[in-house]
Amino acid sequence: MADYSIVGRPVDRRDAVQKVTGRVLHVGNMEPAGLLHVAVLRSPHPHARIVRIDKSRAEAAPGVAAVLTGADIAAMPGITPYHGPAFADQPVLAIDRVRHEGEQVVAVAAESRRAAEEALELVEVEYEPLPVVLDVLDAIKPDAPIVHDEIRPSGAFADLAHVKAGERSNICYHYKLRKGDVDKAFAEADRIFEDVFTAPPAQHVPMEAHVSLAYVDEGGRINIHTASQSPSFVRGELARMLGVPMNRIRVRVPYLGGGYGAKLYNKLEPIVALLAMKTGRPVKYSLSREEEFQTVTKHGVVVKLKTAVKGSAMTARKCEVYWDTGAFAEIGPRIVHKSGYTSSGPYKIPNVSIDSYCVYTNKPPAGPFRGFGVPQVIWAYDSQMDIVARGLGADPVEFRLEHALEEGDLFVTGTPIHACGLKEAVRRAADAVGWDQPKAPASGSKRRGKGIACGVKAVLTPSISGAIVILNADGSANVLSSTVEMGQGSESLLAQIAAEELGMPFDRVHVVQPDTDVTPYDTISAGSRSTYHMGNAVRMAAAKVKEELFQAVAGKLEIDAADLESRDGRVFVRGAEERGMTVTEAFLAKFGSLGTTMVGEGLCQPVVTPMDPETGMSEKCTEYWFASASAVEVEVDTETGRLEVLQFHAAGDAGTAINPKYCEQQLVGAATMHLGLTLFEQMVFQDGQLLNGSLLDYQIASIKDVPAACHPIVVEVPHKDGPFGAKGIGETGALTVAAAVANALEDAVGVRVRDIPLTAERIHEALKAARKVNGGT
Amino acid sequence: MERNISLTVNGRQRELEVNDADTLLEVLRDGLKLWSVREACGVGACGSCTVLLDGRPVSACFLLAARLDGRSVETVEGLAGDDALHPIQQAFLENDAAQCGYCTPGFIMAAKALLEEHGDPTDDQIRDYLSGNLCRCGGYPNIMRAVRAAAARTSDR
Repeated sequence: MADYSIVGRPVDRRDAVQKVTGRVLHVGNMEPAGLLHVAVLRSPHPHARIVRIDKSRAEAAPGVAAVLTGADIAAMPGITPYHGPAFADQPVLAIDRVRHEGEQVVAVAAESRRAAEEALELVEVEYEPLPVVLDVLDAIKPDAPIVHDEIRPSGAFADLAHVKAGERSNICYHYKLRKGDVDKAFAEADRIFEDVFTAPPAQHVPMEAHVSLAYVDEGGRINIHTASQSPSFVRGELARMLGVPMNRIRVRVPYLGGGYGAKLYNKLEPIVALLAMKTGRPVKYSLSREEEFQTVTKHGVVVKLKTAVKGSAMTARKCEVYWDTGAFAEIGPRIVHKSGYTSSGPYKIPNVSIDSYCVYTNKPPAGPFRGFGVPQVIWAYDSQMDIVARGLGADPVEFRLEHALEEGDLFVTGTPIHACGLKEAVRRAADAVGWDQPKAPASGSKRRGKGIACGVKAVLTPSISGAIVILNADGSANVLSSTVEMGQGSESLLAQIAAEELGMPFDRVHVVQPDTDVTPYDTISAGSRSTYHMGNAVRMAAAKVKEELFQAVAGKLEIDAADLESRDGRVFVRGAEERGMTVTEAFLAKFGSLGTTMVGEGLCQPVVTPMDPETGMSEKCTEYWFASASAVEVEVDTETGRLEVLQFHAAGDAGTAINPKYCEQQLVGAATMHLGLTLFEQMVFQDGQLLNGSLLDYQIASIKDVPAACHPIVVEVPHKDGPFGAKGIGETGALTVAAAVANALEDAVGVRVRDIPLTAERIHEALKAARKVNGGT
Repeated sequence: MERNISLTVNGRQRELEVNDADTLLEVLRDGLKLWSVREACGVGACGSCTVLLDGRPVSACFLLAARLDGRSVETVEGLAGDDALHPIQQAFLENDAAQCGYCTPGFIMAAKALLEEHGDPTDDQIRDYLSGNLCRCGGYPNIMRAVRAAAARTSDR
């Protein structure tokens, strides 16, 4: 590895002291004078027509400043009442119809949260219930109730420019891939494996719920402070909705108490902006935990996989994926597309057909969730990889390694693979779990087993990150970036990259928090893209500053700038360290003054070759791949069905680990989150009503659910264009957990469960069914 | 209805007017601006609002302030001195036990109560004690390490 001074070092987080003292600033702590609080009346029906709303008594209630309905917003001149990143299908407040239980109908701004909540009780809404569609497979039937009669285009993102709505159907997007001759391969197959896998809707549960604050300043500009992963998007979308230039809106984001995808795109921002405009006062809206469950969810899926085998080779795979996107598309079409094209897996299969459908139902909207849909497709394909391997009598690890794509191979889309440490991740995870060692003997009713799973994700492409680096005359530097620090460590990581490139000490670099008045555009802080995209942008910006700095020094010393280098805040002649100067001396040499700055700008904007709409083929469908492998050992109680994970090894390819400590945290953290999703998390609906929308009833992984042996494995296969070779790792640990655990379950007790979560009840049922088949009791 | 209570908060006695419906969390946050006390579930299930009530860990979101007349409350704001972190905070810092950091004050207060009860806790005791505090970043292994380190540090003293 190259000799870096700060890249590759496990430096501490910048924000650690603030966090352990509780002093860290969140939007929830902000209380401008005259602040109003928002409460929102939500629909009790999963699907209904709004017949009448009477808000007059609420408007007259004590402490109430404003009451807003969807009709009020639609009547405001110049205002577009609909929004959404893929389709503009979601009204800020319901207009004419509600499409899921918990949809926002009437918003009140009042002197206190309690006054606002009390006023809601005075609002009368008359509904006429409509037929409801809840199951994703029911929703695609010809006679299904239609959730949206008309779908408006959005146009917010370049990668979704091709997304166009169908007519009179709940399928709002269909991704299609055709490679080779699938029918012929199935006709000639020795064996065919056919399975259906499901995963339910689930919740992100960031400990900090959504919260946004807005006010109109003295100059009439709209100021937003919001817990958002996408400040640039929020500004652009609000400008469009409000019909004002982008520079009339300022969006700032302090530290986030977690995001995991929940805080992307517009959430509460339109409501607080409109209420601030209406009242002329600052307005804050913070969701309760119950409201979180009604705001955005993880896509439930049904995945149908059919695989042909000839000899020991997989010759064809047919994938049908049905994504339950709920009542609003949210970013569903992007998930259906990006995850859709990886749903046959990172394997050598010559004939493939993929159909991936985004389907409306009357459930809360599903959106991005750590992994962007890829955990759902890997859950299916890497469960089936084990089924096929076992069916052929092959070792599951060897079978994967034999079929895994490697450097230079073409992915199913026709895009070459570069820097994808898939095989290394599989090998190292398998070694760590003791794959070759004999299985632990049974003990009473308990059986042990091991499981492995792997997969890849392709990073969202195209997307854009811009950054500005400002070098001050005293040698300190500011980095302007719209990447949101939500616990992943981006602030410190970007400082490491800037410090390395500039040759300045790490502690002299300050990263400015997102503020759309000063920090350049960034697509989103999500999708494991910030290290690569923003990292590259910051590095480029720093390189430009360094060039200016070196020119200043070279002019003064009368040498060639190419002979200079910088370290610890000093610029000197390579090989003759005594000949050089400090940054301050360089500024004086160039400007004759310290009252100035050197500024550089960087932009990272990877592009794609658009996919052929019929075949899904593209010479370049993504900027980089990141590989994940999980290896687990489980113990299953055959009497109760209870499954305990004893060992967990989360392997992921980081490219280059800019900060190894954060990479390990991301791998373990993502794996822990998805262990909960694998074992017990699910949103349970009955007749369109959510039954477990609180943390009393919806359990997430606690410290007791983490195995004592829980180990990250950071694989490093540098990417040729990554900043110092780095890629992203925020989602990697999440991708392969579910399949690894289900595969270990089969290894332990010989039953295959195709639905997550793998609850004791499900495992118990599967064991009972297996005993019946085997003639037992 | 409004009533007056006397509450010792981080060692300082406060005379407070509270509504019968006010939770301890509302009084600490909205009234006293102790922002480390954070609501995340509202039903006492996640531990983000853990504070010590007469030394015992409680969920501030789930207690009515009006019933706490004469009691004593401690939050993270009461831990650090002017120039030094509390040993538990220092241990959380050194072991990278805070990621997004939203749950961190609750974990630190729960850990403080744990270490006052068990000076040298076993791993199982740590898990039992902290199982009511949730961290969605999944930082549990580092939190375990931090609590062990804090135990070693406090028992050395």
